[in-house]
Amino acid sequence: MYVAVKGGERAIDNAHALLAEARRGDPGVAELTVAQIRAQLHLAVTRVMAEGSLHDPDLAALAIKQARGDLIEAIFLIRAYRTTLPRLGASQPIDTAAMRLMRRISATFKDVPGGQMLGPTFDYTHRLLDFRLAADGPGAVPPSDTPRAMAAAGPVPHVAALLERDDLIEGAPRDDTPPPDLTRMPMELPATRALRLQALARGDEGFLLSLAYSTQRGYGRTHAFVGELRIGWVDVAMEIPELGLAVTIGEVEVTECETVNQFLGSRGAPPRFTRGYGLTFGQTERKAIAMSLVDRALRWKELGEDGTGAPAQDEEFVLMHADNVQATGFLEHIKLPHYVDFQSELELLRRLRAETAAEPEAAE
Amino acid sequence: MSLLARARPARLAALFPAPLPAHDLLRAPEIGSVMVQGRIGGTGAPFNLGEMTVTRCSLRIASGAVGHAYVQGRDRDHALRAALIDALMQTEAAEVLRVRCLAPLARDEAARRQVAAEKAAATKVEFFTMVRGEDR
Repeated sequence: MYVAVKGGERAIDNAHALLAEARRGDPGVAELTVAQIRAQLHLAVTRVMAEGSLHDPDLAALAIKQARGDLIEAIFLIRAYRTTLPRLGASQPIDTAAMRLMRRISATFKDVPGGQMLGPTFDYTHRLLDFRLAADGPGAVPPSDTPRAMAAAGPVPHVAALLERDDLIEGAPRDDTPPPDLTRMPMELPATRALRLQALARGDEGFLLSLAYSTQRGYGRTHAFVGELRIGWVDVAMEIPELGLAVTIGEVEVTECETVNQFLGSRGAPPRFTRGYGLTFGQTERKAIAMSLVDRALRWKELGEDGTGAPAQDEEFVLMHADNVQATGFLEHIKLPHYVDFQSELELLRRLRAETAAEPEAAE
Repeated sequence: MSLLARARPARLAALFPAPLPAHDLLRAPEIGSVMVQGRIGGTGAPFNLGEMTVTRCSLRIASGAVGHAYVQGRDRDHALRAALIDALMQTEAAEVLRVRCLAPLARDEAARRQVAAEKAAATKVEFFTMVRGEDR
């Protein structure tokens, strides 16, 4: 238990001043601007948006600067800011089939209608340090006048839709049930798939990565193929109360991953592939792939599979430990003063020792 | 209205510079959030993905026309200008505004999207599967 302490104001003020100095670093080196972070550390920015659960690249970049690059601290700052905002409403569900694609790949079909575009990927790089990036001054890195090609006209259909057309995969029929919102009411278990996906979308990338990896290694095996991974921009439309009609109010960058998993069939229903789904803000494909694997693993009951007791199949375990702001809050609070708490344990220990020291004599 | 919502605030300010036409604020620019929803499997039941920042504003201009704006981000001037243009589009100024503001915004956006799409298209890949030696 944490009991409040007081005092130490001057030390705390000085520690915060020291923090500001350490954040700034060597004054002989130019200060980073928020615009630089936003433009050049885009993947850090999008991770903070995804797990901070707020799409605003300027705020995410500011949080990264303030947190000295500690992304979980930055996510914490975004979550705290988010709570100060009035909720103006909910969007209509985004249409990811109409995504303006910057990347779209399929591990299941090489000739997928609409084609595969690698986009700005680390895949197929050699993972060798590029010392040209360490060279100072302009001109050290060649200008990026990247090639262009004729772009496909119109939206590119989902890979799952192609399999669905041939009845080879379970459907995802449209349903307009209003989703539960874990930012408005406490998480209730068992959770619906919609609630689980909200929790996973804002969950810690590292935690989901490890869980997803555990399913690949056999702890709740789901045998996933990446049917499709797409990254791009989608419009966000909302019904405007003053107008009574839906209008596009912005656009967000998202990553979507859909896995194709092993079959489910029964008497009367031919076997079909099953699906796992991942959707995250920003360019966050490791997270989106992990999310779709964990989503699929959590569906074992709904799909009539055996519960093997694997961590990734344990809804309570996954959902109650996925949030890194909750986790870090509880973990890190144990470094704060616990003097009274500890004192009582110390006294208990001394009493126990005194009793055991007295006992042998009594037994003799 | 959606074009104004997605516009870059600085570009909108350049196309529709101060001094701004007289107006009464019905709702001063207010920063808030909108919960963005996705659909399970892209097409199924909705779920809450996360929020985005949005600024809204409502006002009335001298002619009596009322303008509303919901714009992405946290720029109050952006929301104010968008609401003003929304109101002015209901007056005889509409044609001038369409040419001076909305058309350039639409061109900017189309050009930005076209460049991004063409750069992505240049990374289009053709994969081939190889016949392995032992299969011959």
